[in-house]
Amino acid sequence: MTTLGVTRTTLLKDLRMEWRSKDAINSMLFFALLVVVIFSFAFNPTAEESRRIAGGLIWVAFLFAAVVALNQTWARELRNQVLDAYRVSPAPPNALFLAKAIGNFFFVVVLEALMAPLFVVFYDLRSVGPVWQLIVVALLGTWALVVNGTFFAALSIRTRSREIMLPLILFPISIPALLAMVDATTSILTGEASPDFWIKMLAVYDVVFTAVCLLLFESVLNAE
Amino acid sequence: MKRIFIAFVVFTLGLLAVSTYQALFVAPTEQTMGEVQRIFYYHVPSAWTAGVCFFVNFLASVVYLWKRNLASDAVAAASAEVGVTFCTIVLITGPIWARPVWGIWWTWDARLTTTLVLWLIYVSYLVLRRFSAGGQTQVLAAALAIFGFVDVPIVYMSIRWFRTQHPSPVMGGGENSGLDPAMLHAFFWNLAAFTCVGIVLMVVRYRLQMLEEEVEATHAAAALQGGPR
Repeated sequence: MTTLGVTRTTLLKDLRMEWRSKDAINSMLFFALLVVVIFSFAFNPTAEESRRIAGGLIWVAFLFAAVVALNQTWARELRNQVLDAYRVSPAPPNALFLAKAIGNFFFVVVLEALMAPLFVVFYDLRSVGPVWQLIVVALLGTWALVVNGTFFAALSIRTRSREIMLPLILFPISIPALLAMVDATTSILTGEASPDFWIKMLAVYDVVFTAVCLLLFESVLNAE
Repeated sequence: MKRIFIAFVVFTLGLLAVSTYQALFVAPTEQTMGEVQRIFYYHVPSAWTAGVCFFVNFLASVVYLWKRNLASDAVAAASAEVGVTFCTIVLITGPIWARPVWGIWWTWDARLTTTLVLWLIYVSYLVLRRFSAGGQTQVLAAALAIFGFVDVPIVYMSIRWFRTQHPSPVMGGGENSGLDPAMLHAFFWNLAAFTCVGIVLMVVRYRLQMLEEEVEATHAAAALQGGPR
């Protein structure tokens, strides 16, 4: 099978399983909702100045929610030794990685699409800048979180305290991406600055880390 | 080999004595900042040594992924630990210096934030090493080390764009930059001394790591031959 074929098959399998169980999306949605509600106690969410912190808030909520889904990425494959079977098969490791990353990307984008109206309602958000820029930031930012998150989930699944390990290694590396997402979102929402630099930054971050992930995934998959 | 190392330790101790004397007594007192500026002779050399350690960590991790030998993994483990130690010294001496000079302990400026993020990345590296099991540790740690090293310039660029307050590089900067020659003299003594301390610590930690591996291998062999001994 070619890389593309393996990627598609694995991706479709994951999407079908998620469609039937809805485990990841439900837990992410509920988690993000909780974060939104809890944040609203920390400050007055409808105040005019809250627009300035909305960017940070939205992304922190999505980041925490994404970790919930990312942690489940490989757990399913660990049961019944699916990963071991994959390792002995001639299928290219990067195809598996790409399928998982694209799957996670899809879940988190769906989460964002469902949560965005809620943010608008609860925090009385209006965008001064063009909305299409927000979509670009969301797509680039989500890929930045998800590509590293999928990789680090493969690392943390092999450690003793699996679920705790993922945020511990993912958050420090993701700091520049988060900074870019938050600042770009805030610039667009307030319309006070141009988000161009941050969008380019995110694009560079995506390219660099996708390359690093693809370069190293085989070693991690075969780590013994 | 051991004799060379002991000679090097003695040399380092001598160097440290000279550099401390240079920093505290020989170097002139800075005009505006006063005596507190002397922390500079510890702050910057520590930052340099931490940087060297993290670079060694990156090289050793790449070599490990390529050659898969335990020695380069031990170098990576040792350099990360020593690097985090020196980075911690930087993060502690920085605020002590900043408080009387800037009037605040901490500011979220580019270099401070980058150093803090660097510290976080390598602490997470050490946590991963601690929590992963058996023979997988080396590969997982090496992969994370490469991620961390690639991340550093991106962190720096992004936070530099974000905000900056830390003084621009004093040495090799513009026209008004540059240290008093007497200060530069003391600074280089300290730079040399701290680098040597870093090397000594790394060598000791490397030996320890290799001994740990040996002990583990012996235990494993004993277990294979039946029962603990």
